[in-house]
Amino acid sequence: MGRYAIRRLLQAIPVLVGTTFLIFVIVYALPGDPIAALGGDRRLDPAYVAVLREQFHLNDPLLLRYWYYVRGVFSGDFGTTYRGVPVTQIFQGKFGVTFQLAMTALIMEAVIGLGLGLLAALRRGRWEDQAVLGFTLFLVSIPPLVMGFVLQLWLGVKLKLNTGLDIFPVAGNAEGLRSYLLPGFVLACTSIAYLTRLTRTSLVEVLRADYIRTAVAKGMSRRRVLGRHALRNSLIPLITYLGADLGSLMGGAVITETIFNLPGIGQQLFNSVYLRENTVVVGIVTVLVLVYILANLVVDMLYAVLDPRIRYE
Amino acid sequence: MRNPSVETQGLPARGAHAADEPLLAVDNLHVEFHTRQGVAHAVNGVSYSLNAGETLAVLGESGSGKSVTAQAIMGILDMPPARIPAGEIRFHGTDLLKLSDKDRSQIRGQRIAMVFQDALSALNPVFTVGWQIAEMFRVHRGMSRGDARKKAVELMDRVRIPGAKQRIDDYPHQFSGGMRQRIMIAMSIALDPEVLIADEPTTALDVTVQAQIMELLAELRQESNMGLILITHDLGVVADVADKIAVMYGGRIVENAPVHDLYRNPGHPYTKGLLESIPRVDLKGQELYAIKGMPPNLLEMPSGCAFHPRCPYRRDECATAVPPLYSISGTRSSACHYWREVFDGGSR
Repeated sequence: MGRYAIRRLLQAIPVLVGTTFLIFVIVYALPGDPIAALGGDRRLDPAYVAVLREQFHLNDPLLLRYWYYVRGVFSGDFGTTYRGVPVTQIFQGKFGVTFQLAMTALIMEAVIGLGLGLLAALRRGRWEDQAVLGFTLFLVSIPPLVMGFVLQLWLGVKLKLNTGLDIFPVAGNAEGLRSYLLPGFVLACTSIAYLTRLTRTSLVEVLRADYIRTAVAKGMSRRRVLGRHALRNSLIPLITYLGADLGSLMGGAVITETIFNLPGIGQQLFNSVYLRENTVVVGIVTVLVLVYILANLVVDMLYAVLDPRIRYE
Repeated sequence: MRNPSVETQGLPARGAHAADEPLLAVDNLHVEFHTRQGVAHAVNGVSYSLNAGETLAVLGESGSGKSVTAQAIMGILDMPPARIPAGEIRFHGTDLLKLSDKDRSQIRGQRIAMVFQDALSALNPVFTVGWQIAEMFRVHRGMSRGDARKKAVELMDRVRIPGAKQRIDDYPHQFSGGMRQRIMIAMSIALDPEVLIADEPTTALDVTVQAQIMELLAELRQESNMGLILITHDLGVVADVADKIAVMYGGRIVENAPVHDLYRNPGHPYTKGLLESIPRVDLKGQELYAIKGMPPNLLEMPSGCAFHPRCPYRRDECATAVPPLYSISGTRSSACHYWREVFDGGSR
């Protein structure tokens, strides 16, 4: 398996190069001159603009600029903003916030999604199943933006005003873990709905399998049949989804962090796109892609642990 | 909460044997499935019995109710949609259908065990075969991991899996079809069951491997004096190992006979049709006989004798009167109004 892991990591390099190149092209294809944007409403001195354009290689062909960028990244240098601040300095502490938010969301997703999916599968066709189905429909039909503001108002503001219970901070991350509960949930909503349904389908399918009938015929208790024989088999597709979802959650943090004013990478990305800080945008996306690739690698490794039929030779 | 010692009082002791009761008796069993399209009558009054050391072959096409009957004996039918409106399944004279779930689970797997058709799908793909065999000892006998593992190796040796010790940590997909079925068999005989039900144990296998598996089952039965129920749709498979045959059609038993009598002289048109549709070398070149028509739709059973739309011996009576099991001799019976005609080799 070690060799497989190394091979997969090596395979990740062309993926990383490809995705960052695409992002690079897209970001620099955006209309508007980033240097001109530095001055806001005022026009900058042409001589100053010329110096900056030279400094940031803006006059060079795209491919060459991309080459400079890749060279920098591999030596740990993500470049500087047009205002002269190193991009790595901007990263400082922000990925931590986003990671914490994404992990909170992932844990909520796993606990609620797996729990509800399990309930629905075991009570298939009964009212519990219908209720879970309705709940997931509700979760996916409300846009995160609306969900975010509504929950912020009800649980962050009104709950505190009306009952004095200060459970969910309205914004910011000053309250530690508590600050991440509400944004974490908002971020996880769609994924919870999806994972719930996936869990239900997966478990229902596994429970119909012949080897489950065998386990029953062996005289195993219902608890053992479910917990031992069914669970591990039904986890295989769920782990895939959860792993891939960590990447989406980190990316989806853009809106949530903006609503709840969390100083994470999502908020930074939003601001940087707005300010045309192309080096920051490309830098953030590069790291996100890396996280995504690593999460998928971990999933592939877990696969082999869960399902012995998968061989990596 | 009932006293657990009282609860097990209803269970017959191992080996204790009522003189006039067979080891296992299915008596007038009915099983129906409630579906959106209506009620499917899968089993309509099936009776058969099995003594220790005896092999009963239950023969029938898909949908004849042979597997459903077996699953009812094991108590692994999904209820709902299945329902057992009438009948008894007596094990040492005790009706299993009247037992509590808890008592029933003391019998399932331990005293009545089952081997399934396709071992690849019937074995759990994510556990080693050793784990799956050892589970029987660990759960039902409370053995330690190490002891159970030793037992698993012994069992794998007993069903003649070469290099059992080396292969115990392999997964089902790493074995050939025949070896997988041996593992399935090892698992089912782990706790020395008194009754072993094999549901088409050789259907998914090569012909040569089929014979080996049947041989193995016959041997194991002899060693431990189990009662063996062989469910099959293949007449050729059972000839050498079975003592008696029950032929099922449309959820009913249409013929009972000792195996060699049945081959020599079938007493039901359906059995006769089955025998004649086996290819024979001496009739090479001639068109192979086939039973005409289709198996009955369980939702809309034909009136009278379920076989009458396909039967070459059909008379008007067959469409109205359900034939009872006529006794032909002490050991034979046939559910055909005109069994004499069939028996005497009357022409179709």
